[in-house]
Amino acid sequence: MPILQNAMMAVMKKAIALAPDSFIPGGKPDPLIRHKHGLIGAPISRIDGPLKVSGRATFAAEVPMEGLTYAALKYSSIARGRIVEIDTAAAENAPGVVLVMTYKNAPRLKPMPLFLTKPKAAGGDDVPIMQDDQIHWNGQPVALVLAETQEQADHAQSLIRVIYEAGGDGVTSLEVAKAKGSEPGVFQGETLKLEIEDAEAMLAAAPHKIDVRYTTPRHNHNPIELHAATLAWQGDRLRIHDAVQGVAHVAWTIAQVFGIDEEKVHVTSPYVGGAFGSKNLSQHQVLAAAAAQLAQRPVRIMVSREGVFRIIGGRTITEQRVALGAQADGTLVALIHTGTVAMTPHNNMPEPFIQPAKSAYASRSFLLDVETVKMNMMANTFMRAPGEAVGTFGLESGIDELAHAMGMDPIDLRLKNEPEKDPTTGLPFSQRGIVEAWKAGRERFGWRARRGPGARRDGDWFVGIGCAAGTYPYYRMPGGAARITLSKDGHATIGIAAHEMGMGTSTAQTQIAAERLGLPMDALTFNYADTKLPGVVLAGGSQQTAAIGAAVIAAHHKLVGELLKLAGNDSPLAGLTPDEVGGLDGGLCALDDESRCESYASILSRAKREEVSVEAKAPLPLEFLHWSMHSHSALFCEVRVNAVTGEIRVSRFLGSFDCGRIINSKTAASQFRGGIIMGLGLALMEETQFDERTGRIMNPSLAEYHVPVHLDVPEIDIIWSDEADPHTPMGARGVGEIGITGVGAAVANAVFNATGKRVRDLPITLDKVI
Amino acid sequence: MTPFTYERAIDRQAALALGAGSGAKYLGGGTNLVDLMRETIEHPEVLVDVTGLSCGIEETGDGGLRIGAGAKNTAVAADRRVRERYPLLAQAILAGASAQIRNMATVGGNLLQRTRCGYFYDDAARCNKRETGAGCDAIEGFNRMHAILGASAACVATHPSDMAVALAALDAVATVEGQSGARDIPLVEFHLLPGETPQIETVLKPGELVTAVTLPREGFAGRSTYRKVRDRASYAFALVSVAAALDLEAGTVKAVRLALGGVAHRPWRATAAEDALTGGPATEAAFRAAAEAELAPAQGLRDNAFKIELARRVITDTLVKLAALRETA
Repeated sequence: MPILQNAMMAVMKKAIALAPDSFIPGGKPDPLIRHKHGLIGAPISRIDGPLKVSGRATFAAEVPMEGLTYAALKYSSIARGRIVEIDTAAAENAPGVVLVMTYKNAPRLKPMPLFLTKPKAAGGDDVPIMQDDQIHWNGQPVALVLAETQEQADHAQSLIRVIYEAGGDGVTSLEVAKAKGSEPGVFQGETLKLEIEDAEAMLAAAPHKIDVRYTTPRHNHNPIELHAATLAWQGDRLRIHDAVQGVAHVAWTIAQVFGIDEEKVHVTSPYVGGAFGSKNLSQHQVLAAAAAQLAQRPVRIMVSREGVFRIIGGRTITEQRVALGAQADGTLVALIHTGTVAMTPHNNMPEPFIQPAKSAYASRSFLLDVETVKMNMMANTFMRAPGEAVGTFGLESGIDELAHAMGMDPIDLRLKNEPEKDPTTGLPFSQRGIVEAWKAGRERFGWRARRGPGARRDGDWFVGIGCAAGTYPYYRMPGGAARITLSKDGHATIGIAAHEMGMGTSTAQTQIAAERLGLPMDALTFNYADTKLPGVVLAGGSQQTAAIGAAVIAAHHKLVGELLKLAGNDSPLAGLTPDEVGGLDGGLCALDDESRCESYASILSRAKREEVSVEAKAPLPLEFLHWSMHSHSALFCEVRVNAVTGEIRVSRFLGSFDCGRIINSKTAASQFRGGIIMGLGLALMEETQFDERTGRIMNPSLAEYHVPVHLDVPEIDIIWSDEADPHTPMGARGVGEIGITGVGAAVANAVFNATGKRVRDLPITLDKVI
Repeated sequence: MTPFTYERAIDRQAALALGAGSGAKYLGGGTNLVDLMRETIEHPEVLVDVTGLSCGIEETGDGGLRIGAGAKNTAVAADRRVRERYPLLAQAILAGASAQIRNMATVGGNLLQRTRCGYFYDDAARCNKRETGAGCDAIEGFNRMHAILGASAACVATHPSDMAVALAALDAVATVEGQSGARDIPLVEFHLLPGETPQIETVLKPGELVTAVTLPREGFAGRSTYRKVRDRASYAFALVSVAAALDLEAGTVKAVRLALGGVAHRPWRATAAEDALTGGPATEAAFRAAAEAELAPAQGLRDNAFKIELARRVITDTLVKLAALRETA
């Protein structure tokens, strides 16, 4: 850092007041928001980076255990019906086999409580787990083999022979499922249906309109780290080294399955190689724990890549109708976004693709509706920006189509319909900077160079640019709690059962806590992902930054109260209340008189204390009752489409983000870029091939299920407003999921601008533009 | 994976002796065979590692080049003589797989790699290649990657190699050896169409080992190219690929070589197009007509009918661009 800047920082460094512990109207914003020259926003490299790149981070499938056995799963090859016969004799006699488990000998287990049905429920499906002869989807585990080595287990698994009898009520065709009728989706307790005024009538009467259908295919999770757990029973206690994004949820849910107290399940998950919504409780952990119980041996299970397709799953198929009606000046009078998604009889995840339309644009009328139909398939699940990732494809393609139909610039059309308050709830926005994001992005990307469809060509390549908005809500779920332990050497340890799946959580939270406490980052340890720590913090919904932030704020209040008590009357701080002091240079100082300071070490040593440890709960997330809280992005994409072959190459991409205050400019930019790259896959190549004749997934491999390779990814330019949200901890909103939203439409709109061809069916493969 | 015995052949005789046993398979880089063993599609009892044999690339004495079957794909693509005299082959190899796979994969193994059809790879599906007479689930299933030429009611799979397409265009010859001796097989006759016996993919007899691939003197270095069209920019199998070479004289096609990948059960030498072009004008109209002639018997399935138009366009465009090139060699 330049000397001058250092000197400036020294001058400007001030004690930072304690943050409010709730964010309700009339409350003051987090003082860290005003603090512009510290660690917040700094491009700090991940503190877990060196461990991971040098191979010293021990992942779930690498944890050593004495007497370990290795598991392999056999999956069903029919979608619905029953097992008539299962012949395990050859497998049982194969070398190294310890146990073959089927429904005939598995311990009695209860189904997993489904996600969102209880505060800590984390089950992806609620079918009986290897309890009977029934098959519910093609790929359901029907047997588990334990052996002394992974190779022995894999081989023995291949020797199991199963005879099935197909059930007549199985549904593997979307058309058949639709013919059986649909039900409105219910997501987070809310029916996915919303009507304001008579949108159909207003659409019919509108002078300008579009009314089109979009489809998106199934997508499968493919984090680099395969789903894995190493676990053992110690008496009636279960120890799980897992790779998950919700340790408390997994512990509680698996406790229900085995009918034991959740305190008896200890789950840790220090390193996770990507999760994206897929790493909760799936059948593999349950089956491994059941096998460990039967065999009385520790078990390692690592799901194969094929297995990730068969039992982890991903995003479901959607069919969306987008109909927009506008007046001559572009003012929207009708916004209709409806459609159908496939689910299963054994889960409840109605891909909520209408979420973006609830707050993106002002309109006089709305009709939003997600209908669900049921199929026998792997239970679809949460996948980065569930709802928004595919919903923005429909909505933002539709906006582009309307703009084209009206001869209007698509950015101008969006700005024309910028709402003053939430258009469907009427709540004020906590902070909304999408207009500024559009303006900054438009300038930087060179939007003025845009010509009409098919008008730009460079040799064999049509060149086009397109744009789309992304959006993702701010979430903060109840259950946050944190512990802060301050030792007399001035070192602080934060403990919270939150998660690090590679996003930079531990780094960003260390920055924040160091700033609050007035400590350097190396005097702070952030412990996480252990059920022995306080808090129920799901790493989902991009909520962790806020959820952890609010819990740490609450604990910090308590800590400072304790410290002031310990400081007593002999301290320069005597008589001050927590609201009158702040952290600075390894201690507390009076806010209005920085000569009144005492270091943490001094306070503890005078009090003859080795350490002080406090624990506190985050307040309920009442901010949602008062504000509409959303992040946004303005995305710009340039594509080149080969005139001969239809090959599509994304040549430039810019994401202009409005996500509140950015905590770590390096890890945040990586989150945005990673989301955009995943969005390029969604736009151009990702598709799970679900054979409707059998319900079988036919491309369960990274060779045939395409995600972008390096050569598919151009330089991705990222900018952000950094405008703080005054109603959130640190002024921040999550950055994990917004990156993928809108990307599908930005690419599709660019392809239209390049070629004049409108592709409404993802992925946009070359045969659709040839 | 089914347990197997691993043997490393110290020389060719030892390899042939080991390879003659029932249940034996030769192992090159293993990039395809080991994968298929993991999927329990292949279960050899004995793997005979031949990677130490015949790795060299040498002159033939009559202006050609003899490439040992054990040569790694990377070594072939990087060889100066290959790059200068047979750039079509170097381009085709570099269009395939990933650097890591090319570092492992051998020339012999590349020729013998098996189809990527999803129904072949999944033993829960019906496949005539895996089980004679079982039926084919690909014909009415996901068949975007499948054949438009030379397919049968029994099998619509494609051969996935890029390298072999270039070798077919260049009139390469494979040398194979068995216990009864050595023989040469023109590359265009090496792979078979599926017919009623899709499980038989090449003319190799049991126990025969590919030992070399020989390139003839003519490499079309000045006017040849490999064009691969696929679903992403790298690391994907061809939807359609074209290996093309032209020899022009005063605007007339003196000689032309054209082979297609991703369209058939074998590298597809486009003889109908070659016949139509040879001796005629090197014009876009002639190229298009030749492509039409080649693709006249093409048949599309549910997902791959676009390949017919795509192949027509890529053949035509590739030849147009080749004809427009100034001779560089």
